[in-house]
Amino acid sequence: MSTRLRTSLLLAPATAWLLAMLVLPLVVVAVFSFGERAAAGGYSAAFTLENFANLGARWAAFKNTLMLAPAGTLMCLIIAYPLAYYLAVKVDPKWRTLLLILVIVPFWTSILIRSYAWIYLLGGQGIPKLISTLGFGNPRLINTPFAVLIGITYGYLPLMVFPIYVSLERLDKRLLEASADLGSPPWRSFLQVTLPLSTPGVATGCMLVFILLMGEFLIPAMLGGGKVFFVGNALVDLFLQSRNWPYGAAVAVALVVIMLVTVTAYMRFTRRWAGGRDDVSLM
Amino acid sequence: MGAESLTGDDKSSIAELRGATKRFGAVVAARNINLSINRGEFLSFLGPSGCGKTTALRMLAGFETPTEGDIYLDGQRVNDIPPHQRPVNMVFQHYALFPHLTVAENICYGLRQRRPRPPAVEIEAAVNRALETVRLPGFGPRRIWEMSGGQQQRVALARAIINEPKLLLLDEPMAALDKKLRHDMQIELQTLQRKLGITFILVTHDQEEALSMSDRICIMLDGGIVQIGSPRELYDRPKNRYVADFVGKSNFFEGKVTSVSGETADMRGAGGISFIGHASAGIATGQSAIASLRPEQISLSRGSGDVPVTVVNRIFLGEHTEYLVQNPDLGQFLILASRQAEAGEGNLEPGETGSVRWRDGAALILNND
Ligand SMILES: Nc1ncnc2c1ncn2[C@@H]1O[C@H](COP(=O)(O)OP(=O)(O)O)[C@@H](O)[C@H]1O
Ligand SMILES: [Mg+2]
Repeated sequence: MSTRLRTSLLLAPATAWLLAMLVLPLVVVAVFSFGERAAAGGYSAAFTLENFANLGARWAAFKNTLMLAPAGTLMCLIIAYPLAYYLAVKVDPKWRTLLLILVIVPFWTSILIRSYAWIYLLGGQGIPKLISTLGFGNPRLINTPFAVLIGITYGYLPLMVFPIYVSLERLDKRLLEASADLGSPPWRSFLQVTLPLSTPGVATGCMLVFILLMGEFLIPAMLGGGKVFFVGNALVDLFLQSRNWPYGAAVAVALVVIMLVTVTAYMRFTRRWAGGRDDVSLM
Repeated sequence: MGAESLTGDDKSSIAELRGATKRFGAVVAARNINLSINRGEFLSFLGPSGCGKTTALRMLAGFETPTEGDIYLDGQRVNDIPPHQRPVNMVFQHYALFPHLTVAENICYGLRQRRPRPPAVEIEAAVNRALETVRLPGFGPRRIWEMSGGQQQRVALARAIINEPKLLLLDEPMAALDKKLRHDMQIELQTLQRKLGITFILVTHDQEEALSMSDRICIMLDGGIVQIGSPRELYDRPKNRYVADFVGKSNFFEGKVTSVSGETADMRGAGGISFIGHASAGIATGQSAIASLRPEQISLSRGSGDVPVTVVNRIFLGEHTEYLVQNPDLGQFLILASRQAEAGEGNLEPGETGSVRWRDGAALILNND
């Protein structure tokens, strides 16, 4: 058997899976987006651009997603980097595994349950009460963009911590010694050596979190109380409530296009940033 | 070591270790090291892997603080001065070049850390000079992974010397190079050291490298210094069997000292065979001792003599031939015969018999420790 044939055969199950589960649904969605809503809801075949022309009606969902997904990614990055640095560099190795497990422990419970916890924490009986008791006014947290931001940051933090942790853990400690040897104080060595060499992890983490956040719907639904909704929530609404499948499909296509554009731009940017290195993995 | 070299105000000393000891838990990596390094010299730390060479170097660079004892640089005690404030640069064992920077950026890294930072044109000129010095002109824009092992080694060297350190530390810089390249690099390094006038401290486990390059060699064992001296001193007057064995090849024969006169001792080995030569300090009549006899100091001939031998093996080395011979009393030992010596006698084949001789004074009588 030729190597080529053998490779094709070995790859056949994966190829079939990808075709059936990824490409086919995408094609269906694309086709639907040009159709019309059937009288009783669902899809009826047609070719119209009306669904796309009406996208503006869901502008708020796009706006929220396009603001909170990058903001959530940034928040995750700001919190995850020092945490990953501590875990990879500073902590006593004998505690490291335990602490790494603690980072993923939240994943052992459903995000649904954890979001309920946040509803309570951010609701009237939670943190706002504490703040008002301390005499700092009477803030409202639940059902605000801020609540959603906290929720998504909390939910996606581990996905940012791990890639950064790996890139910091792999960093050759002798490079920092070389930097010190050449006259650089520790903080400058961090900026000149550690930070640039951890960009692959940062890039991977940001990409991972950003892409998943663009499709998020559960956390905004629970912590945004119907006021702060994402494109994901619009899709749930269009497909399951108003059963306007073609319009929903058009919204989905628009989201995919936006993601493709931002991700491509981002990859271009990070590649240039990394100075054209081949060893920078961008997922 | 003389007491005056320990005073610190000795103007010829650029660096000093005084009773420096470094422990890692139960491991004593460096054991009471006393060493004064002369300005402008080429000094080597020679010893087997794990004997504490890197630790000694790292104490000078500031990466390790001695558990006991002091480190002096240029007369100043530097125990508490961090590496980035020491006028010392190091070529790391596996170079530790910055993979995210180009060759030129790696080389100018040290200059860019200076405050105030030198002007860009000056930095560029210095980089170009350094690239010339290590014979890599025009390689500045290259990426590190595009460079071969030998080229990376030169980049590491350029990165260190551009700072004009008072002390350049080299940790087995040639270990990863192939033999031919290593030899070229040894010569280059030596030339460079003379040209720059910087004090070099080289760590190596390769005795040939240490012998050919150094002004002085510091032989180490188990974290401590066994003997310090010029290559010739160490070769001609090794303090003990360990040094004699480490610096050049030698044959060792056990026996008893029958007489000592002045610095010369006579030792009788197995079969009453006599070894006469320079006695180490403390050798006394009647004690058991070891005679060290270099292979090139033994001559082999066809005729019969006091020490008959049978040739066991013969290796042709070009200018020399190495014989492994067997004597009923002394066992097996090595002889290095020059081509010239062989021309007269004709060479012996394995299995043939002959006899060996050495002149009085050729042996070294060492303490049996
Ligand atoms: N950071 C460290 N922690 C524990 N032991 C160490 C450390 N560095 C060196 N050692 C030990 O100290 C001894 C000397 O090591 P080193 O100076 O690296 O030797 P060399 O360079 O001569 O091969 C070795 O036994 C080594 O295992
Ligand atoms: Mg070493």
